[in-house]
Amino acid sequence: MSKRVFITGTGIISAIGNNVSEVFTSLQSATSGIGEITLFPTVHAGIIPVAEVKMTTEQLLDCIGFHGSHEFTRTSLLGMIAAREAIEAAGITDIGSCKTGLLSANSVGGMNRSESFYKEFLEDRATGRLRDIVNHDCGDSTERIARYTGIKDFISTISTACSSSANTIMFGADLIRSGKLDRVIAGGTDSITKFTLNGFNTLMILDKNGCRPFDENRAGLTLGEGAAYVVLEPEEVIVKEGITPLAELTGYGNANDAYHQTASSPEGTGAYMAMKKALEKGKLPASEIDYINVHGTGTENNDLSEGLALERIFVDQIPPFSSTKTYTGHALGAAGAVEAVISILSLQHGMIFPNLNWNAPMKELKIRPVTEIRKGLRIAHALSNSFGFGGNNSTVIISSCG
Amino acid sequence: MPAYINGIGLISPQQTTDSNSILPEVKEYTADYLTCIEPNYKEFINPIARRRMSRLIKMGITAAKLALSDANMLPSTSGEGSGEGSLPDAIITGTGLGSVEDTEKILSGMLAGEALMNPTPFIQSTYNTISSQIAITLKCHNYNSTYVHRSFSFESALQDALLQFDEGIAASVLVSGIDEMTLNHLTITRKTGHWKMEPANNLSILSSHTPGALAGEGAASFILANAPSSSTYASLNGVQTIYKPADVIQIENHIRRFLSGYGLSTDDMDAVILGYNGDCDYDSIYDKLGSSIFSEQQQLWYKHLCGEYYTSTGFALWLAANILKNSLIPASVKLNNHNPKQLKNILIYNQYRNINHSLMWLSK
Repeated sequence: MSKRVFITGTGIISAIGNNVSEVFTSLQSATSGIGEITLFPTVHAGIIPVAEVKMTTEQLLDCIGFHGSHEFTRTSLLGMIAAREAIEAAGITDIGSCKTGLLSANSVGGMNRSESFYKEFLEDRATGRLRDIVNHDCGDSTERIARYTGIKDFISTISTACSSSANTIMFGADLIRSGKLDRVIAGGTDSITKFTLNGFNTLMILDKNGCRPFDENRAGLTLGEGAAYVVLEPEEVIVKEGITPLAELTGYGNANDAYHQTASSPEGTGAYMAMKKALEKGKLPASEIDYINVHGTGTENNDLSEGLALERIFVDQIPPFSSTKTYTGHALGAAGAVEAVISILSLQHGMIFPNLNWNAPMKELKIRPVTEIRKGLRIAHALSNSFGFGGNNSTVIISSCG
Repeated sequence: MPAYINGIGLISPQQTTDSNSILPEVKEYTADYLTCIEPNYKEFINPIARRRMSRLIKMGITAAKLALSDANMLPSTSGEGSGEGSLPDAIITGTGLGSVEDTEKILSGMLAGEALMNPTPFIQSTYNTISSQIAITLKCHNYNSTYVHRSFSFESALQDALLQFDEGIAASVLVSGIDEMTLNHLTITRKTGHWKMEPANNLSILSSHTPGALAGEGAASFILANAPSSSTYASLNGVQTIYKPADVIQIENHIRRFLSGYGLSTDDMDAVILGYNGDCDYDSIYDKLGSSIFSEQQQLWYKHLCGEYYTSTGFALWLAANILKNSLIPASVKLNNHNPKQLKNILIYNQYRNINHSLMWLSK
């Protein structure tokens, strides 16, 4: 079980770009994807901002060559586009050449379809379009991505709220380390739905000014959407095929806060334990971490408990950190993978992308995020946190191969 | 590495919460779908927590507690400090649909008015609520995950659990498979042709010759461990999922390869548990295997007892574990009478609409 696991390809679609290179450009120019809701009619339009992918569902269909089809949810389409990019970036031409798995995460499946169905159904029980029900569940998008990319050997779907796609990366790494699979495409996809927007709104944790992670006056998160995947391959394949990997997945840890269904413990116990486990798995002292892509949702609760957990792990030497949710919004089930891809960009280019919308330090914390772009750094190890409802806390550590 | 099943809790449409008896009598229903016989939750969940919990969460926590108690991992109830109890090193759940009841509450609440909604159903509708409520109840900070992939949900949870043993992280893992049905959800999904359109008799679904399955539900929890104990039922040695095989020949090849990976063949299986659900369009797959690679095996089935649902293989695993522990096959689950000389190895084969197929191998 000492096999090393490498990342050989990445793919992403988010509010700040439809592929890795567009996302990189937006990050460098501090361009946020947060704006007004256009995807569906809602009383919150013009009041609560969101970070939408800047393509209509019809444009997404065109993008993958299914013009005019009604078969696919927005969630599936986002996933198909990002997974395709990751596979191409890894230089894979024959997906069936070795035992390949697809692990995809999402938070609410095809809920945007279910909500339109449900309205018609309640009005008249005999009505409602069949195509709006068949993709209600979380497995639907995964199976569509699998069919689109030709992956057959192993497929599964994880849903642990906002930490979902960090957990697909961990499960994927375990499947490779155990020799069960030779290659895994791991990540997640989620689209903004009326269901989640209203759900988070009932909890009063959506910031009307757009999220302000680690700011004293933060007032909640900003919902985002998108998809991201990484291609995981073991050392022997890298060596045999002479592949230059993008990065190495060196550590990962999953712990549960076991405190409250939606609130994190005041001292961030679960967050601390997830980071600690990841460092132990990677056999890395905390001092080796050069950058942290924090979960940093911008909710009062998350940033405080994550901040306290950071201070506990790193004590007086807290590495530079930023929340890139100020660009992408909180893409829920896709967030962990989105931020893993962004962390890899930081490693590759030696850059730290600033935490936008930050003005005042939190009074409870000594630490403050990076708020200006930093370039020309040597980032050997980046740590990315993904914490979710239910106290599901996960951390991955991605390291440079250079 | 095999995992020992050291404790089980099962809430199902049958009387299955008593670990000392296995299907003493079979409950017959004529219904749109089979509903769980729910235990008295007062014995398992404190009243403050219970009041807000939806049905699925209560079933999940109770099944988990039954499994922990069966494995002697719960603190003793005979006074403080007389038994410490021990926590599982991981809590992993499979659920195809999560809390259907809460999801419906949100959808209808949203139609009533976006501004007037209540947060509780949203909080409970997230798929990981069962796993996390178990963690909160047990104050367990260990590894925690939730798989939500149709009829692979429970299988994926088991596969992850087995990897935790491989990685040397875990000595014991609590794995659950949980799904519920509601009348609303049944009415909606009947449109897809997945379910029987009329109320059906659970004991005669194999002779219905109509398309669609009889829907059901259940909550099954298992303590898997890296070492046997006095409460061990059987060992779970392997789990495999198969996505969209081309034809029955391919399914047969997958089954042969799965077993040969352990140096075994179908001849070594003393019984096979098949996922017949009364859907005439898809049960033919079991018929074909029953007359080819399983023709010499004692064939069993279980969905007349629990109905069809995404995590129904939790019921099958309970059945297999009990058969191996007691060396006895209840007459109500037999499809043929091969009367095996011994009961050492059982294979579970399930498929849902010829898309999600799965295999599990257990031994005594």
